[in-house]
Amino acid sequence: MSLLGGGIFKGMAVTLRNFVGSYFDKERLTTKEYAWRTDDKLPERAGDYPKEEAEQLSDTTTVTHYSRNFPMLLHDEGEPMDTVRCVACQICERECPPQCIYIEKSKDKMERGGNKAQFYPATFDIDVSVCMSCQICVEVCPFDAIVMNSQFELSTPDRFGGLLLRRDDLLKSNDYYHKIHPEEAAARDKRIADEKAAKEAKKKAAEEAKKKAAEAKAKAEAEAKAKEEAESAEKPAEAPAPTHTDAKKEDNGE
Amino acid sequence: MPNYELIQQDGLETSLLEVSMGPHHPSTHGVFRMDVKLDGETVVDLKPVFGYLHRNHEKLAEAMSYLASMPFTDRLDYFNSMTNNWAYALAAEQLIEIEIPERAEYLRVIMSELTRLVNHVSLVGFFVNDLGALGTPLLYAFREREKILDLFEQASGARMMCNYFRFGGLRCDVPEGWLDRTREVVDRFPKFLDEYEKLLCENEIILSRTQGVGNLSKELAINAGITGPMLRASGVNYDIRKVDNYGIYDRFKFRVPYSKGKVGDCYDRFMVRMLEMRESIEILKQALDGIEAGPIMGNAGKVFKPAKAEAYGRVEAPKGELGFYLVADGTTQPYRYRVRPPSFINLTVLQDMCIGQQVADAVIILGSIDIVLGEVDR
Amino acid sequence: MSEAIPHESVLQRFPEVEWDEEFGTLIVPATKATEVAIWLRDDDSFRLDYCSNVTGIDYLDREFKEKVKNEEGKTETIIHKDPARMEVVYHLYSMEKRTGPLVMKQRTTREKPEAQSLTPVWRSCELQEREIYDLFGINFTGHPDQRRILMWDEFVGHPMRKDYVEPFDYEWEPTPHDEILEKHQKGKVIF
Repeated sequence: MSLLGGGIFKGMAVTLRNFVGSYFDKERLTTKEYAWRTDDKLPERAGDYPKEEAEQLSDTTTVTHYSRNFPMLLHDEGEPMDTVRCVACQICERECPPQCIYIEKSKDKMERGGNKAQFYPATFDIDVSVCMSCQICVEVCPFDAIVMNSQFELSTPDRFGGLLLRRDDLLKSNDYYHKIHPEEAAARDKRIADEKAAKEAKKKAAEEAKKKAAEAKAKAEAEAKAKEEAESAEKPAEAPAPTHTDAKKEDNGE
Repeated sequence: MPNYELIQQDGLETSLLEVSMGPHHPSTHGVFRMDVKLDGETVVDLKPVFGYLHRNHEKLAEAMSYLASMPFTDRLDYFNSMTNNWAYALAAEQLIEIEIPERAEYLRVIMSELTRLVNHVSLVGFFVNDLGALGTPLLYAFREREKILDLFEQASGARMMCNYFRFGGLRCDVPEGWLDRTREVVDRFPKFLDEYEKLLCENEIILSRTQGVGNLSKELAINAGITGPMLRASGVNYDIRKVDNYGIYDRFKFRVPYSKGKVGDCYDRFMVRMLEMRESIEILKQALDGIEAGPIMGNAGKVFKPAKAEAYGRVEAPKGELGFYLVADGTTQPYRYRVRPPSFINLTVLQDMCIGQQVADAVIILGSIDIVLGEVDR
Repeated sequence: MSEAIPHESVLQRFPEVEWDEEFGTLIVPATKATEVAIWLRDDDSFRLDYCSNVTGIDYLDREFKEKVKNEEGKTETIIHKDPARMEVVYHLYSMEKRTGPLVMKQRTTREKPEAQSLTPVWRSCELQEREIYDLFGINFTGHPDQRRILMWDEFVGHPMRKDYVEPFDYEWEPTPHDEILEKHQKGKVIF
């Protein structure tokens, strides 16, 4: 401390450099503008909400591809309710930390995408005034049916009803998911395809094993018959059932 | 305090004044109250009162599965969700043997050191804000903090409530190019710190307001369980990163800054945090050099169901030792779940540090403790 | 990780102290706690000068079923009984020697929970023991300032106890799924 007040002047110099620098260097700006609207226009009145879906989409994609807000339900190509992935297993409802999901299972089963008939959600509500965007539901879902939406323009004058997202509000297509989270969606699709391929391969292998087992069994039976015919009291050779059960076990484990 | 003698002045009758500072006082960093007894401007007695944000986090966690309380840990110390996550994951990983992949370990270190930067840089901003330097240093700090929070958002999807760690690894890998962006931020940070130090460290007003204010002796600090930068400012060389070597901290070369002056005043606490940021940058550089591609999740089962056991995991959070104590009873829910919050226990000595100081200094002392009420009240 | 602390000498010095094999903790009777704590803090082989975490646990009467194979190879179900009790857990470290933790427990009954306050030994217990008193209702003898800390003074009950029942008198934020909303719509507000 050579000069009284020297430290203060040094500090002032820093402030001045930051002030002047902010005109030339974006790094020195203390606020940051997110290009959250393509036309750079702020909403003028409350009546500007809610907006059209296309406009909302352009909002959600500009923040980052990884931001998350509230969950949405995925459906594949086609009519939303015909191709919804959710089978109303209620795992997410059980695991949700703040308990904001409410599901009612359908009475009948529905067939989707060539898989065997499953239940579908008759009611699927998410109370976004309770939801805390933690993504636990996405992680626990075994059917990749629920993912995070990044849409954040959800303001509404209706405090109770408006913040309760019903099933039909939540349904979004896989294409939409690809638009808002391209990398994540591609990775997820790849994983699903891989799993499906592995399952098919296993199924095929199991079928082949079954076939083989049947053949072997037939052969053994034929041999045994031959042996019996050759008047022998020996036990028939054990059918290779273990292979069969093993294959089946793996299939179930999938 | 009953034997306290009032300052007498000729012909004037004096008495103690009781002031309730808070709970909505702007300098209390949240909803926190200090019942202060004053003799003129001097603090004679002080009792901290809190619990306004109490939501019984522990009871909530005992009623849900292990994984489901992970997002709630973000909300304890909402400045440092990554270290909160790590402490909880560390405790849970002691209950079940899980191998944590290399890349996940590196990313955990990177995330927690970035968190330390975020916390210290904004704490210093808040601290000088309490001194009366309204705005400017805090805004500079928040500008840098926002760059790191952007990195968090790119990796985890959220700026502050990251919910990024999982038992046995991390939730998802960082996106492409994230490490380069982090390196850019880390490389630019020392330049900002130089400027920040120039702005604050030699400022005569800060020196005269903080030096010799709120002294905390080494013995009391240890006995009262003070941890983190506050303990090191009192001259104890104790950093859990060095002592426990949790994660992969034994692979990094870094120094632990601590005060040798044995005073432990507000200036020491401020300087220790400034120096700690430099060391965090060293760790970050080494970690960014060392990280390699690989899996980020160990082979933890889908259902987390540990056998009957107890575990206590602790990490060096930016505010001090953050510990999680879990008692498992063989079900999918913890039987007992306890958080050892650093800022709660650091508040123990607030009274000792404030007595005899001016009332304006009590505000600075509270600022130098670095409390977050989400964690104190749980 | 810092190394574990050998506990045998504690058992030799204080015959009343037990060692819980299952969890690896010292069980100290509530009457002896201060004495043991002071010794642990000051003895040269321990120097446990830093009490990190203090917390309570409430155990109700419970039964654990365990399937064990006996000598003949048959599975048998053994029922372990876990008696009802309350515990105060202390995690002790040594800052000087950089060792720890040593876990110490004070055991007490659920009916009349009482334990010795270790605040005179370690100041760090002060707020944490107040919290245990508040949330578990364990009475600490010798605590300098035992008041409620997180709950308000007029609050009745101890919410962290396992048998605590929430009173139905809070101001609920109505959500669309609660029956509360239905009552709201009917005009019956339960505030």
